[in-house]
Amino acid sequence: MSNRVGIEVSRAIAVAAKLARVDVVAAYPITPQTHIVEDIAELVANGELDASYVPVESEHSAMSACLGASAVGARAFTATAGQGLELMHEVLYVASAMQLPIVMSLANRALSSPLSIWGDHSDAMSMRDTGWIQLFAANGQEVLDNILCAFRIAEDRKVLLPTVVHLDGFHLTHVIEPISIPEPSEVDGFLPPFNYPLPLDPDKPVTMGAFAPPYIYPETKKAQQVNLLAAKPVILQSWKEFGDHFGRYYSPVESYRAEGAKVLLLTMGSYSETATLAIDSLRKDGKMVGALSLRLWRPFPFEEIRQAVKGADVLIVLDRAVSFGGPGGPVCSEIKAVLYDEARRPKIVGVVGGLGGRDISPSDFVSIINRGIEISQTGSEQEFEMFGVRE
Amino acid sequence: MAKAECELTWKDLEIGVILTDVGTARGYRTGDWRSRKPVTDNDKCNKCGMCFLFCPEGCIQQNEEGFFDANLFYCKGCGICAAECPRKAITMVEEER
Repeated sequence: MSNRVGIEVSRAIAVAAKLARVDVVAAYPITPQTHIVEDIAELVANGELDASYVPVESEHSAMSACLGASAVGARAFTATAGQGLELMHEVLYVASAMQLPIVMSLANRALSSPLSIWGDHSDAMSMRDTGWIQLFAANGQEVLDNILCAFRIAEDRKVLLPTVVHLDGFHLTHVIEPISIPEPSEVDGFLPPFNYPLPLDPDKPVTMGAFAPPYIYPETKKAQQVNLLAAKPVILQSWKEFGDHFGRYYSPVESYRAEGAKVLLLTMGSYSETATLAIDSLRKDGKMVGALSLRLWRPFPFEEIRQAVKGADVLIVLDRAVSFGGPGGPVCSEIKAVLYDEARRPKIVGVVGGLGGRDISPSDFVSIINRGIEISQTGSEQEFEMFGVRE
Repeated sequence: MAKAECELTWKDLEIGVILTDVGTARGYRTGDWRSRKPVTDNDKCNKCGMCFLFCPEGCIQQNEEGFFDANLFYCKGCGICAAECPRKAITMVEEER
């Protein structure tokens, strides 16, 4: 029996790490942090979690320590946010290319400068091409569930890739939500112990992270690309089995009142839930609008997105990050690329908003949708608009 | 390893490009980085072994006669042996390949 409790989402992640029976947690809680690693430190100190807690000297070292732990076959976890992620950036690529299935939660925050501790997706988008499996969560329950799924997916023999669960800084990390906490025995039934197939072992020496001259490097990158794409069926299967165990089912693209919708709004993370209130209000006025939420960011769910937008005339994509000087928000550019070859595709309108913790209220979402419809009709040439910025 | 490294396809690679064979660096030819090779004048050489000690590649070994030869499969042509030789017995000679 699971136990439904009111708990801060950050603290629920610590509980998820405990339920996953992690072996090693390496962390350097650089400001701005959350309660995640703080609570894990307490769990380890109290003897509630039998794990090594490594208080390292930087986020770069936190990821490096997880890398080493994972290489000997330990289940490794860390949590970071914003600037901390930027400091561990170099090692993110190493973890994915070495196929070490570390799980990390990332409290999505804006990046300096100016200094901001508030939420947006600038940090998330900075790790877009690092080769990690990337899931976005819309609420606290989804965060806990997907941390458990992340271990299952990452450690699957057919996958063996690090996995990050993105959750919005403050909007999720610092709110208390009712969350069903599964029993440890139930989680054990879903998440088997981790066994790395080729661990570092003095009796059977292997070389990890060797160098690759030009005659082999491209082959390694092709293998990495194929491996990441091949993770998708495992992700779908893991979500299905999670649903069978716990009754909550997840999919790469969630839709809300999208049936028959002529105008769709696509968001990621916690704004997906706020947007549904705007959809309800516009539907009440007779407008055929719906919402999509992209949960699986890497590997990208090409087919699911193509299916989800079929029949829509307008697709408004909200990005919470700017690709400066580029063709719009990173999510919108990718959606455009994915739909480019479709014979019939909606007019795509890019909106950048919610930067650095600026709120987007349900009525703001109504404005965004109405403005998106207007732009689609006037055929505006600009690549994207920044919502709510004072002129 | 059955195939030479330069013939491996992406499908042949281990998980995370792990190498399960040990000592694979032995098969890596660093000699083709070289533009000049060390040539020893055995009349000047007194077999002191300073070249052997200073070689950063560790590719210099003593032969049966007691002289020191650079293994040209690995020698990168850095010239440290020639610079360190107390009797100036080693000359770096341009190579054409």
